[in-house]
Amino acid sequence: MPKITFIEHNGTPHTVEGTIGRSVMEAAVNNNIRGIDADCGGECACATCHVYIEPEWLGKVGLPADGSQEASMLSFAAVTQPDSRLSCQIQMTAELDGLVVRMPEGQH
Amino acid sequence: MSDTTTSVVIAGAGHAGGSAAAMLRQLGFAGAITLVGDEPIPPYERPPLSKAWLKGEASAESLALRPMEFYTTANIDLRLNTRVTGIDPAAKTVSLGSGETLSYDFLILALGARARRIPLPGLDLDGVLELRTAADADKLKAALGPGKRLAVVGGGYIGLEAAASARGLGAEATIIERESRVLARVACQQLSDFFERFHRAQGVTIEVSAGVAALEGVGGKVTGVRLSDGRVIPCDAALIGVGAVPNDEIAQAAGLACDGGIVVDLSARTSDPAIFAIGDCTKRPLPLYGRTMRLESVPNALEQAKQAAAAIYGRPPPPPEVPWFWSDQYDVRLQIAGIPFDATEIVVRGDIAAGKFALFHLAEDGLVRAVEAVNASTEFMGGRRIIQRGKRLTADRIRDMAVTMQELAS
Ligand SMILES: Cc1cc2nc3c(=O)[nH]c(=O)nc-3n(C[C@H](O)[C@H](O)[C@H](O)COP(=O)(O)OP(=O)(O)OC[C@H]3O[C@@H](n4cnc5c(N)ncnc54)[C@H](O)[C@@H]3O)c2cc1C
Ligand code: FES
Repeated sequence: MPKITFIEHNGTPHTVEGTIGRSVMEAAVNNNIRGIDADCGGECACATCHVYIEPEWLGKVGLPADGSQEASMLSFAAVTQPDSRLSCQIQMTAELDGLVVRMPEGQH
Repeated sequence: MSDTTTSVVIAGAGHAGGSAAAMLRQLGFAGAITLVGDEPIPPYERPPLSKAWLKGEASAESLALRPMEFYTTANIDLRLNTRVTGIDPAAKTVSLGSGETLSYDFLILALGARARRIPLPGLDLDGVLELRTAADADKLKAALGPGKRLAVVGGGYIGLEAAASARGLGAEATIIERESRVLARVACQQLSDFFERFHRAQGVTIEVSAGVAALEGVGGKVTGVRLSDGRVIPCDAALIGVGAVPNDEIAQAAGLACDGGIVVDLSARTSDPAIFAIGDCTKRPLPLYGRTMRLESVPNALEQAKQAAAAIYGRPPPPPEVPWFWSDQYDVRLQIAGIPFDATEIVVRGDIAAGKFALFHLAEDGLVRAVEAVNASTEFMGGRRIIQRGKRLTADRIRDMAVTMQELAS
Protein backbone atom coordinates (compact mmCIF):
# COMPACT_ATOMS: atom_id res chain seq x y z
CA MET A 1 0.00 0.00 0.00
CA PRO A 2 1.32 3.46 -0.88
CA LYS A 3 2.63 5.57 1.98
CA ILE A 4 1.63 9.16 2.72
CA THR A 5 3.32 11.48 5.21
CA PHE A 6 1.24 14.20 6.82
CA ILE A 7 3.26 16.89 8.56
CA GLU A 8 1.37 18.74 11.28
CA HIS A 9 1.66 22.50 11.42
CA ASN A 10 4.00 22.12 14.41
CA GLY A 11 6.31 19.89 12.34
CA THR A 12 5.26 16.47 13.69
CA PRO A 13 5.23 13.96 10.82
CA HIS A 14 2.82 11.02 10.58
CA THR A 15 3.40 8.36 7.95
CA VAL A 16 0.37 6.21 7.17
CA GLU A 17 -0.75 3.82 4.47
CA GLY A 18 -3.15 4.98 1.81
CA THR A 19 -5.26 2.90 -0.51
CA ILE A 20 -4.98 3.10 -4.29
CA GLY A 21 -8.17 4.61 -5.67
CA ARG A 22 -9.12 6.22 -2.35
CA SER A 23 -8.38 9.77 -1.35
CA VAL A 24 -5.51 11.20 0.64
CA MET A 25 -8.10 12.65 3.04
CA GLU A 26 -9.49 9.18 3.79
CA ALA A 27 -6.03 7.94 4.77
CA ALA A 28 -5.74 10.81 7.25
CA VAL A 29 -9.19 10.26 8.73
CA ASN A 30 -8.80 6.48 8.99
CA ASN A 31 -5.65 7.08 11.00
CA ASN A 32 -7.14 9.92 13.05
CA ILE A 33 -4.51 12.42 11.94
CA ARG A 34 -4.99 15.66 13.79
CA GLY A 35 -5.39 18.63 11.49
CA ILE A 36 -7.53 17.07 8.76
CA ASP A 37 -11.15 17.67 9.78
CA ALA A 38 -12.91 16.65 6.56
CA ASP A 39 -16.28 17.84 7.84
CA CYS A 40 -18.18 16.98 4.64
CA GLY A 41 -16.70 13.50 4.30
CA GLY A 42 -15.04 14.14 0.95
CA GLU A 43 -17.81 15.90 -0.94
CA CYS A 44 -15.64 18.91 -1.81
CA ALA A 45 -18.13 20.98 0.18
CA CYS A 46 -16.23 22.12 3.29
CA ALA A 47 -12.55 22.83 2.57
CA THR A 48 -11.51 21.42 5.95
CA CYS A 49 -9.22 18.78 4.42
CA HIS A 50 -6.84 21.44 3.11
CA VAL A 51 -3.15 20.53 2.69
CA TYR A 52 -0.02 22.00 1.11
CA ILE A 53 1.75 19.72 -1.34
CA GLU A 54 5.52 19.45 -0.82
CA PRO A 55 7.32 21.00 -3.82
CA GLU A 56 8.83 17.73 -5.11
CA TRP A 57 5.34 16.21 -5.33
CA LEU A 58 3.53 19.11 -6.89
CA GLY A 59 4.26 17.94 -10.44
CA LYS A 60 2.70 14.53 -9.85
CA VAL A 61 -0.24 15.73 -7.77
CA GLY A 62 -1.04 18.79 -9.85
CA LEU A 63 -3.22 21.77 -9.04
CA PRO A 64 -7.00 22.05 -9.35
CA ALA A 65 -8.28 23.29 -12.70
CA ASP A 66 -9.30 26.95 -12.85
CA GLY A 67 -12.99 27.33 -12.21
CA SER A 68 -13.31 23.83 -10.71
CA GLN A 69 -15.35 23.19 -7.58
CA GLU A 70 -12.11 22.56 -5.70
CA ALA A 71 -10.56 25.84 -6.85
CA SER A 72 -13.60 27.81 -5.75
CA MET A 73 -13.72 26.06 -2.37
CA LEU A 74 -10.01 26.78 -1.90
CA SER A 75 -10.41 30.42 -2.75
CA PHE A 76 -11.67 31.02 0.78
CA ALA A 77 -10.10 28.20 2.78
CA ALA A 78 -8.07 29.26 5.80
CA VAL A 79 -4.54 30.41 4.82
CA THR A 80 -4.21 29.15 1.26
CA GLN A 81 -0.95 29.02 -0.68
CA PRO A 82 -0.14 28.39 -4.35
CA ASP A 83 0.46 24.71 -3.47
CA SER A 84 -2.87 24.26 -1.64
CA ARG A 85 -5.10 21.29 -2.41
CA LEU A 86 -8.15 19.69 -0.85
CA SER A 87 -6.91 16.25 0.15
CA CYS A 88 -10.29 14.61 -0.53
CA GLN A 89 -9.82 15.49 -4.20
CA ILE A 90 -6.48 13.69 -4.53
CA GLN A 91 -6.88 10.00 -5.35
CA MET A 92 -3.99 7.74 -4.36
CA THR A 93 -2.10 6.04 -7.18
CA ALA A 94 1.01 3.85 -7.15
CA GLU A 95 2.85 6.89 -8.50
CA LEU A 96 2.03 8.87 -5.37
CA ASP A 97 3.67 6.32 -3.04
CA GLY A 98 5.72 8.39 -0.58
CA LEU A 99 3.65 11.56 -0.97
CA VAL A 100 4.39 14.28 1.57
CA VAL A 101 1.84 16.96 2.46
CA ARG A 102 1.82 19.65 5.14
CA MET A 103 -1.14 20.87 7.11
CA PRO A 104 -2.17 24.48 7.60
CA GLU A 105 -2.40 26.00 11.05
CA GLY A 106 -6.14 25.38 11.19
CA GLN A 107 -8.99 24.26 9.00
CA HIS A 108 -11.60 26.77 10.13
CA MET B 1 -5.41 16.37 31.07
CA SER B 2 -4.10 13.01 29.97
CA ASP B 3 -4.36 10.94 33.11
CA THR B 4 -5.50 7.43 32.43
CA THR B 5 -8.01 7.22 35.25
CA THR B 6 -10.64 9.54 33.77
CA SER B 7 -13.43 7.66 32.04
CA VAL B 8 -15.72 8.99 29.34
CA VAL B 9 -18.91 7.26 28.28
CA ILE B 10 -20.49 8.35 25.01
CA ALA B 11 -24.16 7.44 24.56
CA GLY B 12 -25.05 7.24 20.88
CA ALA B 13 -22.55 6.07 18.25
CA GLY B 14 -23.54 8.30 15.33
CA HIS B 15 -21.77 11.15 13.60
CA ALA B 16 -21.39 13.25 16.73
CA GLY B 17 -20.55 10.43 19.17
CA GLY B 18 -18.08 8.72 16.86
CA SER B 19 -16.37 12.04 16.13
CA ALA B 20 -16.15 13.02 19.80
CA ALA B 21 -14.36 9.75 20.59
CA ALA B 22 -11.87 10.32 17.76
CA MET B 23 -11.32 13.97 18.70
CA LEU B 24 -10.60 13.08 22.35
CA ARG B 25 -7.87 10.73 21.15
CA GLN B 26 -6.56 13.35 18.69
CA LEU B 27 -6.15 15.76 21.59
CA GLY B 28 -4.22 13.12 23.53
CA PHE B 29 -6.89 12.04 26.01
CA ALA B 30 -5.54 8.83 27.55
CA GLY B 31 -8.45 7.75 29.74
CA ALA B 32 -11.07 5.13 29.00
CA ILE B 33 -13.61 5.83 26.24
CA THR B 34 -16.71 3.67 25.92
CA LEU B 35 -18.89 4.40 22.89
CA VAL B 36 -22.34 2.85 23.17
CA GLY B 37 -24.74 2.73 20.23
CA ASP B 38 -27.95 0.88 19.47
CA GLU B 39 -27.27 0.44 15.75
CA PRO B 40 -25.53 -2.71 14.47
CA ILE B 41 -22.73 -0.88 12.61
CA PRO B 42 -19.95 1.52 13.68
CA PRO B 43 -20.54 5.28 13.28
CA TYR B 44 -21.31 6.28 9.70
CA GLU B 45 -22.32 9.25 7.61
CA ARG B 46 -26.01 9.76 7.00
CA PRO B 47 -25.86 12.43 4.23
CA PRO B 48 -25.07 9.91 1.45
CA LEU B 49 -28.09 7.79 2.45
CA SER B 50 -30.34 10.08 0.41
CA LYS B 51 -27.67 11.01 -2.16
CA ALA B 52 -24.69 9.12 -3.61
CA TRP B 53 -25.29 5.90 -1.67
CA LEU B 54 -28.97 5.73 -2.60
CA LYS B 55 -28.09 6.25 -6.27
CA GLY B 56 -25.57 3.41 -6.01
CA GLU B 57 -22.59 5.74 -6.45
CA ALA B 58 -21.00 5.07 -3.07
CA SER B 59 -20.12 1.79 -1.38
CA ALA B 60 -21.40 0.76 2.04
CA GLU B 61 -17.85 0.81 3.43
CA SER B 62 -17.36 4.41 2.30
CA LEU B 63 -20.22 5.40 4.62
CA ALA B 64 -18.25 4.43 7.73
CA LEU B 65 -16.73 7.41 9.52
CA ARG B 66 -13.70 5.28 10.28
CA PRO B 67 -12.81 1.64 9.65
CA MET B 68 -13.62 -0.90 12.40
CA GLU B 69 -9.89 -1.39 13.19
CA PHE B 70 -9.68 2.27 14.19
CA TYR B 71 -11.66 1.64 17.38
CA THR B 72 -9.30 -1.13 18.45
CA THR B 73 -6.16 0.82 17.56
CA ALA B 74 -7.42 3.94 19.32
CA ASN B 75 -8.50 1.89 22.34
CA ILE B 76 -12.14 2.93 22.12
CA ASP B 77 -14.51 0.38 23.60
CA LEU B 78 -17.24 0.34 20.96
CA ARG B 79 -20.44 -1.39 22.08
CA LEU B 80 -22.83 -1.86 19.18
CA ASN B 81 -26.44 -3.07 19.35
CA THR B 82 -26.58 -1.66 22.86
CA ARG B 83 -29.08 0.88 24.15
CA VAL B 84 -28.46 3.28 26.97
CA THR B 85 -31.66 3.04 28.98
CA GLY B 86 -31.07 5.48 31.81
CA ILE B 87 -28.72 7.94 33.49
CA ASP B 88 -28.12 8.33 37.22
CA PRO B 89 -26.38 11.71 37.47
CA ALA B 90 -25.89 11.42 41.25
CA ALA B 91 -24.13 8.07 41.01
CA LYS B 92 -22.51 9.03 37.66
CA THR B 93 -23.64 5.84 36.00
CA VAL B 94 -25.62 4.84 32.94
CA SER B 95 -27.61 1.67 32.59
CA LEU B 96 -27.56 -0.36 29.41
CA GLY B 97 -30.19 -2.49 27.73
CA SER B 98 -27.95 -5.47 28.44
CA GLY B 99 -28.53 -4.93 32.16
CA GLU B 100 -24.99 -3.71 32.69
CA THR B 101 -24.13 -0.43 34.45
CA LEU B 102 -21.23 1.79 33.36
CA SER B 103 -19.60 4.45 35.56
CA TYR B 104 -18.38 7.68 34.08
CA ASP B 105 -16.45 10.78 35.06
CA PHE B 106 -17.85 12.49 31.98
CA LEU B 107 -20.86 11.47 29.95
CA ILE B 108 -21.47 12.67 26.41
CA LEU B 109 -25.02 12.32 25.12
CA ALA B 110 -24.93 11.99 21.33
CA LEU B 111 -28.35 10.48 20.88
CA GLY B 112 -29.32 12.16 17.60
CA ALA B 113 -32.87 12.52 16.39
CA ARG B 114 -35.39 10.14 14.87
CA ALA B 115 -37.79 10.51 11.99
CA ARG B 116 -41.00 12.19 13.08
CA ARG B 117 -44.03 9.88 12.99
CA ILE B 118 -47.34 11.42 12.05
CA PRO B 119 -50.50 9.60 13.01
CA LEU B 120 -51.80 8.34 9.66
CA PRO B 121 -53.96 5.34 8.91
CA GLY B 122 -51.89 2.74 7.07
CA LEU B 123 -48.48 3.64 8.51
CA ASP B 124 -47.78 -0.01 9.26
CA LEU B 125 -48.24 -1.15 5.64
CA ASP B 126 -45.27 -2.75 3.91
CA GLY B 127 -43.52 -0.19 1.73
CA VAL B 128 -44.18 2.73 4.07
CA LEU B 129 -40.67 3.89 4.83
CA GLU B 130 -38.67 6.50 6.68
CA LEU B 131 -35.08 7.51 6.14
CA ARG B 132 -32.81 7.99 9.11
CA THR B 133 -30.56 4.95 9.34
CA ALA B 134 -28.55 2.77 6.99
CA ALA B 135 -31.14 0.03 7.56
CA ASP B 136 -33.90 2.42 6.44
CA ALA B 137 -31.86 3.34 3.37
CA ASP B 138 -31.42 -0.35 2.45
CA LYS B 139 -35.19 -0.75 2.40
CA LEU B 140 -35.70 2.39 0.34
CA LYS B 141 -33.07 1.40 -2.18
CA ALA B 142 -34.63 -2.03 -2.59
CA ALA B 143 -37.94 -0.35 -3.40
CA LEU B 144 -36.52 1.86 -6.17
CA GLY B 145 -35.66 1.05 -9.76
CA PRO B 146 -36.93 1.51 -13.30
CA GLY B 147 -40.73 1.62 -13.41
CA LYS B 148 -41.19 1.82 -9.63
CA ARG B 149 -43.23 4.66 -8.19
CA LEU B 150 -42.11 6.50 -5.06
CA ALA B 151 -44.40 8.86 -3.18
CA VAL B 152 -42.60 11.20 -0.81
CA VAL B 153 -44.64 12.73 1.98
CA GLY B 154 -42.85 15.93 3.00
CA GLY B 155 -40.90 18.31 0.78
CA GLY B 156 -37.86 18.86 3.00
CA TYR B 157 -34.24 18.24 2.04
CA ILE B 158 -34.31 14.51 2.66
CA GLY B 159 -37.53 14.10 0.65
CA LEU B 160 -36.23 16.15 -2.27
CA GLU B 161 -32.91 14.35 -2.29
CA ALA B 162 -34.62 10.97 -2.18
CA ALA B 163 -36.87 12.00 -5.08
CA ALA B 164 -33.84 13.13 -7.10
CA SER B 165 -32.03 9.87 -6.40
CA ALA B 166 -35.17 7.89 -7.28
CA ARG B 167 -35.29 9.65 -10.65
CA GLY B 168 -31.62 8.82 -11.12
CA LEU B 169 -32.53 5.16 -10.65
CA GLY B 170 -35.31 5.38 -13.22
CA ALA B 171 -38.20 5.42 -10.75
CA GLU B 172 -41.18 7.79 -10.85
CA ALA B 173 -41.41 10.22 -7.95
CA THR B 174 -44.18 12.38 -6.50
CA ILE B 175 -43.54 14.82 -3.67
CA ILE B 176 -46.51 15.67 -1.45
CA GLU B 177 -46.12 18.83 0.64
CA ARG B 178 -48.61 20.30 3.08
CA GLU B 179 -47.30 23.88 2.79
CA SER B 180 -47.65 26.00 -0.32
CA ARG B 181 -44.04 25.33 -1.34
CA VAL B 182 -41.32 22.74 -0.81
CA LEU B 183 -38.55 23.51 1.72
CA ALA B 184 -41.02 25.89 3.36
CA ARG B 185 -39.41 25.63 6.81
CA VAL B 186 -35.81 25.82 5.72
CA ALA B 187 -35.43 27.97 2.61
CA CYS B 188 -36.73 31.20 1.15
CA GLN B 189 -39.39 31.45 -1.54
CA GLN B 190 -36.92 31.98 -4.40
CA LEU B 191 -34.96 28.88 -3.47
CA SER B 192 -38.14 26.81 -3.13
CA ASP B 193 -39.27 28.02 -6.57
CA PHE B 194 -35.92 27.13 -8.08
CA PHE B 195 -35.99 23.59 -6.67
CA GLU B 196 -39.63 23.05 -7.64
CA ARG B 197 -38.87 24.05 -11.22
CA PHE B 198 -35.77 21.89 -11.29
CA HIS B 199 -37.51 18.80 -9.93
CA ARG B 200 -40.43 19.22 -12.32
CA ALA B 201 -38.02 19.52 -15.24
CA GLN B 202 -36.55 16.20 -14.09
CA GLY B 203 -39.96 14.59 -14.24
CA VAL B 204 -40.90 14.74 -10.56
CA THR B 205 -44.54 15.50 -9.78
CA ILE B 206 -44.95 17.99 -6.94
CA GLU B 207 -48.22 18.43 -5.07
CA VAL B 208 -48.13 21.47 -2.78
CA SER B 209 -50.79 22.59 -0.28
CA ALA B 210 -51.70 18.91 -0.19
CA GLY B 211 -52.71 17.21 3.05
CA VAL B 212 -52.36 13.47 3.45
CA ALA B 213 -55.39 11.59 4.74
CA ALA B 214 -54.16 8.01 4.72
CA LEU B 215 -51.91 5.41 3.21
CA GLU B 216 -53.81 2.85 1.22
CA GLY B 217 -52.82 -0.74 0.73
CA VAL B 218 -53.79 -4.10 -0.62
CA GLY B 219 -52.76 -7.33 1.10
CA GLY B 220 -50.74 -5.44 3.68
CA LYS B 221 -48.68 -3.59 1.08
CA VAL B 222 -48.91 0.13 0.31
CA THR B 223 -50.51 0.99 -3.03
CA GLY B 224 -51.10 4.71 -2.72
CA VAL B 225 -51.25 7.88 -0.69
CA ARG B 226 -54.73 9.32 -0.27
CA LEU B 227 -54.79 13.11 -0.12
CA SER B 228 -57.27 15.15 1.94
CA ASP B 229 -59.02 16.18 -1.28
CA GLY B 230 -59.74 12.52 -2.00
CA ARG B 231 -57.24 12.00 -4.80
CA VAL B 232 -54.96 8.99 -4.55
CA ILE B 233 -51.31 9.08 -5.62
CA PRO B 234 -50.51 5.49 -6.60
CA CYS B 235 -47.14 4.19 -5.42
CA ASP B 236 -45.04 1.10 -4.75
CA ALA B 237 -43.32 2.77 -1.78
CA ALA B 238 -44.12 5.80 0.34
CA LEU B 239 -41.32 7.66 2.10
CA ILE B 240 -42.45 9.73 5.07
CA GLY B 241 -40.01 12.61 5.49
CA VAL B 242 -41.66 15.13 7.76
CA GLY B 243 -38.81 16.16 9.99
CA ALA B 244 -37.08 14.73 13.02
CA VAL B 245 -37.54 14.81 16.77
CA PRO B 246 -34.64 14.84 19.25
CA ASN B 247 -33.89 11.71 21.27
CA ASP B 248 -33.83 13.55 24.58
CA GLU B 249 -36.09 11.30 26.67
CA ILE B 250 -33.36 9.74 28.82
CA ALA B 251 -31.95 13.22 29.48
CA GLN B 252 -35.37 14.47 30.53
CA ALA B 253 -35.84 11.46 32.78
CA ALA B 254 -32.48 12.23 34.42
CA GLY B 255 -33.63 15.77 35.17
CA LEU B 256 -31.35 17.56 32.67
CA ALA B 257 -32.70 20.84 31.28
CA CYS B 258 -34.44 20.14 27.98
CA ASP B 259 -36.42 22.46 25.73
CA GLY B 260 -37.08 20.77 22.43
CA GLY B 261 -33.62 19.23 22.73
CA ILE B 262 -31.05 18.92 25.51
CA VAL B 263 -30.01 22.44 26.51
CA VAL B 264 -26.24 23.01 26.26
CA ASP B 265 -23.77 25.90 26.41
CA LEU B 266 -20.89 26.72 24.06
CA SER B 267 -18.81 23.98 25.67
CA ALA B 268 -21.64 21.54 24.90
CA ARG B 269 -22.20 21.20 28.65
CA THR B 270 -25.69 20.37 29.90
CA SER B 271 -27.22 21.56 33.17
CA ASP B 272 -25.11 18.84 34.86
CA PRO B 273 -21.40 19.80 34.69
CA ALA B 274 -20.30 16.18 34.20
CA ILE B 275 -22.68 15.62 31.29
CA PHE B 276 -22.24 16.96 27.77
CA ALA B 277 -24.61 16.70 24.85
CA ILE B 278 -23.78 17.08 21.16
CA GLY B 279 -25.39 16.89 17.73
CA ASP B 280 -29.02 16.64 16.66
CA CYS B 281 -30.29 16.00 20.22
CA THR B 282 -29.22 19.43 21.53
CA LYS B 283 -30.62 22.90 21.77
CA ARG B 284 -27.56 25.10 21.48
CA PRO B 285 -26.57 28.75 21.60
CA LEU B 286 -25.81 30.50 18.32
CA PRO B 287 -23.68 33.42 19.47
CA LEU B 288 -23.59 35.05 16.02
CA TYR B 289 -27.38 35.28 16.12
CA GLY B 290 -28.07 35.76 19.82
CA ARG B 291 -30.43 32.80 19.78
CA THR B 292 -30.65 29.16 20.78
CA MET B 293 -31.74 26.53 18.32
CA ARG B 294 -31.65 22.84 17.55
CA LEU B 295 -29.63 22.25 14.38
CA GLU B 296 -29.59 19.06 12.34
CA SER B 297 -26.39 19.04 10.40
CA VAL B 298 -23.04 17.33 10.23
CA PRO B 299 -21.05 20.56 10.72
CA ASN B 300 -23.04 21.21 13.89
CA ALA B 301 -22.42 17.68 15.18
CA LEU B 302 -18.70 18.10 14.53
CA GLU B 303 -18.48 21.55 16.06
CA GLN B 304 -20.15 20.37 19.26
CA ALA B 305 -18.04 17.18 19.35
CA LYS B 306 -15.01 19.47 19.27
CA GLN B 307 -16.47 21.64 22.05
CA ALA B 308 -17.10 18.66 24.32
CA ALA B 309 -13.71 17.08 23.64
CA ALA B 310 -11.96 20.39 24.39
CA ALA B 311 -13.88 20.88 27.64
CA ILE B 312 -13.20 17.34 28.85
CA TYR B 313 -9.53 17.64 27.97
CA GLY B 314 -9.34 20.99 29.72
CA ARG B 315 -8.84 23.18 26.67
CA PRO B 316 -10.58 26.48 25.97
CA PRO B 317 -13.67 26.16 23.78
CA PRO B 318 -13.01 26.48 20.03
CA PRO B 319 -14.24 29.74 18.44
CA PRO B 320 -17.89 29.55 17.34
CA GLU B 321 -18.41 28.62 13.70
CA VAL B 322 -20.93 29.92 11.20
CA PRO B 323 -23.59 27.19 10.91
CA TRP B 324 -23.67 25.62 7.49
CA PHE B 325 -25.31 22.86 5.52
CA TRP B 326 -25.26 21.32 2.09
CA SER B 327 -27.64 19.35 -0.10
CA ASP B 328 -27.11 17.62 -3.45
CA GLN B 329 -29.97 17.05 -5.87
CA TYR B 330 -29.24 15.83 -9.42
CA ASP B 331 -26.17 17.84 -10.35
CA VAL B 332 -27.25 20.81 -8.26
CA ARG B 333 -25.19 21.58 -5.20
CA LEU B 334 -26.81 23.77 -2.58
CA GLN B 335 -24.61 25.14 0.20
CA ILE B 336 -26.03 27.33 2.91
CA ALA B 337 -23.99 29.49 5.27
CA GLY B 338 -25.65 31.08 8.27
CA ILE B 339 -29.31 31.33 9.21
CA PRO B 340 -31.56 34.12 7.90
CA PHE B 341 -32.67 35.35 11.35
CA ASP B 342 -33.73 39.02 11.29
CA ALA B 343 -33.13 39.26 7.55
CA THR B 344 -35.32 41.80 5.80
CA GLU B 345 -33.93 41.70 2.27
CA ILE B 346 -32.84 39.02 -0.16
CA VAL B 347 -30.32 39.96 -2.82
CA VAL B 348 -29.60 37.71 -5.79
CA ARG B 349 -26.04 37.41 -7.02
CA GLY B 350 -25.67 35.47 -10.27
CA ASP B 351 -28.24 34.03 -12.63
CA ILE B 352 -31.12 31.98 -11.22
CA ALA B 353 -32.23 30.86 -14.70
CA ALA B 354 -28.73 29.55 -15.42
CA GLY B 355 -28.79 27.59 -12.15
CA LYS B 356 -25.72 29.32 -10.70
CA PHE B 357 -26.50 31.94 -8.10
CA ALA B 358 -26.45 32.91 -4.46
CA LEU B 359 -29.13 34.50 -2.31
CA PHE B 360 -27.75 36.92 0.28
CA HIS B 361 -30.02 37.51 3.25
CA LEU B 362 -29.42 40.93 4.77
CA ALA B 363 -30.65 42.51 7.96
CA GLU B 364 -31.90 46.08 7.86
CA ASP B 365 -28.46 47.51 8.49
CA GLY B 366 -26.87 45.46 5.68
CA LEU B 367 -25.46 42.83 8.05
CA VAL B 368 -25.19 39.56 6.11
CA ARG B 369 -27.07 36.83 8.00
CA ALA B 370 -27.15 33.95 5.52
CA VAL B 371 -26.02 33.00 2.03
CA GLU B 372 -27.79 30.26 0.08
CA ALA B 373 -25.50 29.27 -2.79
CA VAL B 374 -26.59 27.11 -5.72
CA ASN B 375 -23.66 25.77 -7.74
CA ALA B 376 -21.75 28.74 -6.37
CA SER B 377 -19.10 27.50 -3.93
CA THR B 378 -17.12 30.71 -4.02
CA GLU B 379 -20.18 32.63 -2.85
CA PHE B 380 -20.74 30.02 -0.14
CA MET B 381 -17.17 30.14 1.13
CA GLY B 382 -17.02 33.92 0.89
CA GLY B 383 -20.41 34.15 2.57
CA ARG B 384 -19.18 32.11 5.52
CA ARG B 385 -16.29 34.50 5.99
CA ILE B 386 -18.50 37.58 5.62
CA ILE B 387 -20.95 36.27 8.22
CA GLN B 388 -18.17 35.23 10.58
CA ARG B 389 -16.72 38.74 10.43
CA GLY B 390 -20.09 40.44 10.80
CA LYS B 391 -19.64 42.41 7.57
CA ARG B 392 -22.26 44.77 6.21
CA LEU B 393 -22.79 44.94 2.46
CA THR B 394 -25.00 46.91 0.12
CA ALA B 395 -27.34 45.19 -2.30
CA ASP B 396 -25.72 46.94 -5.28
CA ARG B 397 -22.28 45.62 -4.50
CA ILE B 398 -23.56 42.09 -3.92
CA ARG B 399 -25.38 42.10 -7.27
CA ASP B 400 -22.41 43.47 -9.17
CA MET B 401 -20.58 40.45 -10.59
CA ALA B 402 -17.67 42.74 -11.49
CA VAL B 403 -16.99 42.90 -7.75
CA THR B 404 -15.36 39.58 -6.87
CA MET B 405 -16.29 37.59 -3.76
CA GLN B 406 -12.72 38.19 -2.56
CA GLU B 407 -13.41 41.91 -2.69
CA LEU B 408 -16.78 41.52 -1.00
CA ALA B 409 -15.29 39.46 1.80
CA SER B 410 -12.21 41.59 2.43
C1 LIG C 1 -30.93 10.95 4.94
C2 LIG C 1 -30.19 12.04 5.64
C3 LIG C 1 -29.49 12.99 4.90
C4 LIG C 1 -28.79 14.02 5.53
N1 LIG C 1 -28.08 14.91 4.76
C5 LIG C 1 -27.33 15.87 5.37
C6 LIG C 1 -26.53 16.77 4.61
O1 LIG C 1 -26.51 16.74 3.39
N2 LIG C 1 -25.76 17.68 5.27
C7 LIG C 1 -25.76 17.74 6.63
O2 LIG C 1 -25.05 18.58 7.19
N3 LIG C 1 -26.52 16.92 7.38
C8 LIG C 1 -27.31 15.98 6.78
N4 LIG C 1 -28.08 15.13 7.55
C9 LIG C 1 -28.11 15.31 9.02
C10 LIG C 1 -26.94 14.64 9.70
O3 LIG C 1 -26.79 13.32 9.26
C11 LIG C 1 -27.16 14.67 11.20
O4 LIG C 1 -27.19 16.02 11.58
C12 LIG C 1 -26.04 13.94 11.96
O5 LIG C 1 -26.07 12.58 11.69
C13 LIG C 1 -26.21 14.19 13.45
O6 LIG C 1 -25.33 13.39 14.19
P1 LIG C 1 -25.74 12.84 15.63
O7 LIG C 1 -24.60 12.01 16.08
O8 LIG C 1 -26.22 13.96 16.44
O9 LIG C 1 -26.99 11.93 15.37
P2 LIG C 1 -27.04 10.52 14.65
O10 LIG C 1 -26.05 10.48 13.55
O11 LIG C 1 -28.46 10.27 14.36
O12 LIG C 1 -26.53 9.50 15.76
C14 LIG C 1 -27.24 9.21 16.95
C15 LIG C 1 -27.03 7.74 17.25
O13 LIG C 1 -27.44 7.46 18.57
C16 LIG C 1 -28.20 6.27 18.58
N5 LIG C 1 -29.03 6.27 19.79
C17 LIG C 1 -30.14 7.02 20.04
N6 LIG C 1 -30.62 6.77 21.28
C18 LIG C 1 -29.78 5.85 21.83
C19 LIG C 1 -29.73 5.18 23.10
N7 LIG C 1 -30.62 5.44 24.05
N8 LIG C 1 -28.73 4.29 23.32
C20 LIG C 1 -27.80 4.04 22.35
N9 LIG C 1 -27.79 4.63 21.15
C21 LIG C 1 -28.77 5.54 20.88
C22 LIG C 1 -28.95 6.34 17.28
O14 LIG C 1 -29.46 5.09 16.88
C23 LIG C 1 -27.84 6.83 16.35
O15 LIG C 1 -27.05 5.78 15.91
C24 LIG C 1 -28.81 14.11 6.94
C25 LIG C 1 -29.53 13.17 7.69
C26 LIG C 1 -30.22 12.14 7.07
C27 LIG C 1 -30.98 11.15 7.89
S1 FES D 1 -13.52 16.72 3.03
FE1 FES D 1 -14.81 18.42 2.71
S2 FES D 1 -13.84 19.40 1.06
FE2 FES D 1 -12.55 17.71 1.40
